[in-house]
Amino acid sequence: MTNVSNPETEGETIRRILAGEKHLFHALIRPCERAIYFLLFSLLRNEAEAEDAAQETAIKVYRKLHLFRGDSQFRTWVLSIARNEGLGRLRKSETRREDSLDALVDGEAGDFTPAILTSWREVPAETLERQELGKLLRDAIDGLPENYRNVVLLRDIEEMDVRETAIVLGITEGAVKVRLHRARALLQRNLAPKLKGFAPKGRNLFGWTR
Amino acid sequence: MRIDCKHVWQYISAYIDGDVDAALRAEIDKHLETCEICSAVLDSTRNVVVLVADDRVFELPAGFGNRLHARLDRELALSESP
Repeated sequence: MTNVSNPETEGETIRRILAGEKHLFHALIRPCERAIYFLLFSLLRNEAEAEDAAQETAIKVYRKLHLFRGDSQFRTWVLSIARNEGLGRLRKSETRREDSLDALVDGEAGDFTPAILTSWREVPAETLERQELGKLLRDAIDGLPENYRNVVLLRDIEEMDVRETAIVLGITEGAVKVRLHRARALLQRNLAPKLKGFAPKGRNLFGWTR
Repeated sequence: MRIDCKHVWQYISAYIDGDVDAALRAEIDKHLETCEICSAVLDSTRNVVVLVADDRVFELPAGFGNRLHARLDRELALSESP
């Protein structure tokens, strides 16, 4: 089955679903699945709960499809619904953690001191196959305060732009940038010293060494 | 204007995203030419950004898609058009 992700095809697919071709919904939602799940996992911190919430989100998207106006990208709209689903569940269970860093004010850029390395060698993509590296990265992101984690997830993992990220999270574009800056700084500080161990000599697979 | 390391760190994220104006970018580039520490901070931050974007770092639970679409099938079968 083909995926639908360009806006024109999306609009046409939505029109056809609303006109009765219900089965097309599978293809419409497929490109959003990953982001739905990981956004919910970021909020709920539990695989089974996130999966159930993701399924519930997909069903809500289907039921509300006639309400989609195309003011934002379809994925943005879907992720807003996912976030509401996640927040609703958090309110119900009242298990929301109070992250101490959440209290930071977005207006201040903050001066996180980065991990200082006198030499940095590129980390080759194939080392990702080592499970330990994947685990290091997941643990580091998992350890971020929720506000930062969500922004990293949407901006750097799902590669959404600043505007769409701001809409999904219901914050300003400035807040997205500040939180992303802090999140990346925290990740760099946590990960850079550990990732050094993964770097073989003289490799430059990413091609950005000056 | 000459900028120092702390100043550069403040703009690392914006710099990576191409979200600094030309004058500031030029200042930062000039600083990076001579500052190994900031160069390493920039490279490592960029690497972190690239690494977390790799699909293999975050994988959906096995069978996630199948279960989702099976549930959707049940919903679609029961429903009128949305």
